Amino acid sequence: MDSVKHLRFDVAVVGAGPAGIAAAVAASDSGKSVGLIDDNPASGGQIWRGAHNAPRHSASSVWFERLNKSAVRIVRGARVFHATKGELTAESDDSAIQITYGKLILATGARELFLPFPGWTLPNVMGAGGLQALLKSGLDIAGKRILVAGTGPLLLAVAAYARKCGAKVIGICEQTTRPRMARFGLKMMLVPGKAVEALRFAYDLRGIPHWTDCWPVAAFGNRRVESVRISRQGQTSEIECDYLACGFHLIPNVELPRMCGCRLRENFVDVDEYQQTSVAGTYCAGEPTGIGGLELALVEGEIAGYAATNWEDRAKHLFAKRARYQKVARILKDAFPLRPELKNLARPDTLICRCEDVPHERLREHGSWRAAKLHARCGMGPCQGRVCAPAAEFLFGWENDSVRPPLYPVRCSSLAAIPSHSAPRI
Amino acid sequence: MNKPAEVVIVGAGIVGAASAFELAAEGLRVLVIDGGFPSTGSTGAAMGHIVVMDDSEAQFAITRYSQILWDDLREQLPPSVEFDPCGTLWVAADEKEMDEVRRKLDYYRERGVNAEILDSQQVREAEPHLRTHLAGGLRVPGDSVVYPPCAAGFLLQKARDLGARVIHGQPVTAIGKGVARLADGTEFAAGFIINAAGQYAPKLSAGINIKARKGHLIITDRYPNFLHHQVVELGYLKSTHSLTADSVAFNVQPRKTGQILIGSARQYGAENSAVDESILARMLQRAFEYMPDLSQLSAIRVWTGFRPATPDKLPLIGPSPEDPSVLVAAGHEGLGITTSLATAKLICAQILGQRPAIPIQPYLPSRQMAAEAHV
Amino acid sequence: MSESVSVRVNGKPVTVRAGATVAVAVLTAGATCRTSVSGQPRSPLCGMGTCFECRVAINGEPQRRSCQVLCEANMDIEADG
Repeated sequence: MDSVKHLRFDVAVVGAGPAGIAAAVAASDSGKSVGLIDDNPASGGQIWRGAHNAPRHSASSVWFERLNKSAVRIVRGARVFHATKGELTAESDDSAIQITYGKLILATGARELFLPFPGWTLPNVMGAGGLQALLKSGLDIAGKRILVAGTGPLLLAVAAYARKCGAKVIGICEQTTRPRMARFGLKMMLVPGKAVEALRFAYDLRGIPHWTDCWPVAAFGNRRVESVRISRQGQTSEIECDYLACGFHLIPNVELPRMCGCRLRENFVDVDEYQQTSVAGTYCAGEPTGIGGLELALVEGEIAGYAATNWEDRAKHLFAKRARYQKVARILKDAFPLRPELKNLARPDTLICRCEDVPHERLREHGSWRAAKLHARCGMGPCQGRVCAPAAEFLFGWENDSVRPPLYPVRCSSLAAIPSHSAPRI
Repeated sequence: MNKPAEVVIVGAGIVGAASAFELAAEGLRVLVIDGGFPSTGSTGAAMGHIVVMDDSEAQFAITRYSQILWDDLREQLPPSVEFDPCGTLWVAADEKEMDEVRRKLDYYRERGVNAEILDSQQVREAEPHLRTHLAGGLRVPGDSVVYPPCAAGFLLQKARDLGARVIHGQPVTAIGKGVARLADGTEFAAGFIINAAGQYAPKLSAGINIKARKGHLIITDRYPNFLHHQVVELGYLKSTHSLTADSVAFNVQPRKTGQILIGSARQYGAENSAVDESILARMLQRAFEYMPDLSQLSAIRVWTGFRPATPDKLPLIGPSPEDPSVLVAAGHEGLGITTSLATAKLICAQILGQRPAIPIQPYLPSRQMAAEAHV
Repeated sequence: MSESVSVRVNGKPVTVRAGATVAVAVLTAGATCRTSVSGQPRSPLCGMGTCFECRVAINGEPQRRSCQVLCEANMDIEADG
């Protein structure tokens, strides 16, 4: 049987993206023991994936240096799949890990929203962030034709990065309206530091067509995507490509916060000014509290780290900075609402659940997510509904049901390692 | 068009669905009412093992009768029901359990149930992932497996095709004297009302003793060819017997998908449906003792469910003690899926005044009052 | 330290840059990761370990999420297509 490791931290931080790194570094300033737990092989989350290549004075380098200099214990490749008061259980490739903690900071980030359309399951149709993650993980797309589609600022970042990697970016299909996109651009220019970023994007993306009121209607190909039909201001056209990078903005990873008993508001974790959740001693920072981008995640992480180590003064000092970047969250919320046409892309035979290959027509006859799950088996695969449940919520208005352990598929031996003595169920 | 129903069935789980099909097939006008969506209760959590059990003559009679009915139905079952005639392999850990295996073999053979003894080597040939040094086992090839929510869904749809009506999302708050009443006061009158409300049956009919026994199940990712039979330890029966203590027993099932279901656990008095880590760990440890390789399989989901249990481990099928127009069809513990079809036949026979295919006395609800009277 | 890593995808040698994930090795080999339950070829969707479309067998161990595993020299990767 697998061994079980036991770790103990004054402060446990889950998620080593920017929010988690900032929280861990801040908490560690106090001298208390801090553990940073992440399921990826390397820290950085999504936006700082593979960031050891970044220029020296960039935000990621600065923070990674602070992290490496600190006494934070980084626990890599560990997936947290169970939580109870004071205890987390995680799994790594070779053991289960029981982590006891005094304070908990959840920085579990966000994932992309995928909306189904005919052909979306073809290989090389991936998320926008998905393509970016693979590029940062070493995928070579030099000379390949990429179409970027969906919604949100991530499309711009991905298009720019793909171009830097030598790809031919054919165009960016943004489903939001032209006026919303323009307003988004203007408002972002007013956020400190964002004007420069916006200009840099404009330069990086020069010559790449950016179409608003535009979305993918279907992807075609034999075993791989070969072309994509798009709708653009009422007209359809077909574009040949090697990759379709398509994502519809971000949704927060609130499964672990929910299992911890944290109260949600509109599907985001509800926190007070010190980033504390409804569970005393449990904090949350970054995208799970509201999709707000990098700078907001960093400052929220810092606040949480100081608050969790009773350093309220330092936390308070950052409130003004946070307020400035909270504007970004509000701007994002307004700029990219999903248009109703996206609900009609899926045809009866379009798969909604990719793990169990359940088509739209089999889901439609049920009245709730639970009924659909039980009878059509959607959401019963290894992704545990992370891909299909948000899509089903958008398409049918179904709310997702409660969260149960394990939060991720884990080895049966790890399931047996969940501590059972213990703490009262939350 | 909408003539009043002749039979109202409360509960659209496997027993209610099977009863609806049977009665509609006999030409009766049936109305099924469920408080949630179909299979919200025990049926939605059940393992789906169709098994002939030998715990008592009465248990054998109903499980055998029902298993034959499932076999008769198998050609009609759509792929979503995942009917799989994989058979059961009962495994013996030691010689004492092998004695039990031999007794079982004789018992089954005398009653026409196909079974064969496997020795220590053969049992591992039958299931290569079983640990070494098991004493042997008993293979019962006639047993099978289904996916319960879709099995119940199929039966309910057949009932609809034959004219039955189904109402979802409307809890029934009271039944009796030929009337079933909903929370909003709507009443449905019928000559017969069937209480197929599983663990909630006692809420609707006084004088019946059903207690919920919480169970846990795990389903793994797909591992084709890992497991070929439903494999159960002989100690399983001991686990079902206890009326008070928590217990676990090794019980694994292959699905056609290649996924493995891992069970089983029994707890009384559990207050809610939350996963209980303690019994989950015990259940897994027991499973690892018999099949060590399970420990490395990826577990995708864990869920709980409640078995409606009676003190004598037999279901309640027949008139409620207080009101003969109400027929109880509940309390099937871990054999609901197996015995649903037979239950439906027995209920139908009672309604039509026909002779049931097997003696009905052991299942009559009135026996519970008689038992209590003797205390 | 080597700048590239050599692994095998479906028996075929593939070279990727050091630090690349197994998912990248599969895509570089021109293969797809898995076959869905209804027979469709599938490759990574999310790139971050949540969609499970990138599962392959690594050194004999099935159902590994290839986007979460770094390539190591001589790794034996079995992808479905």
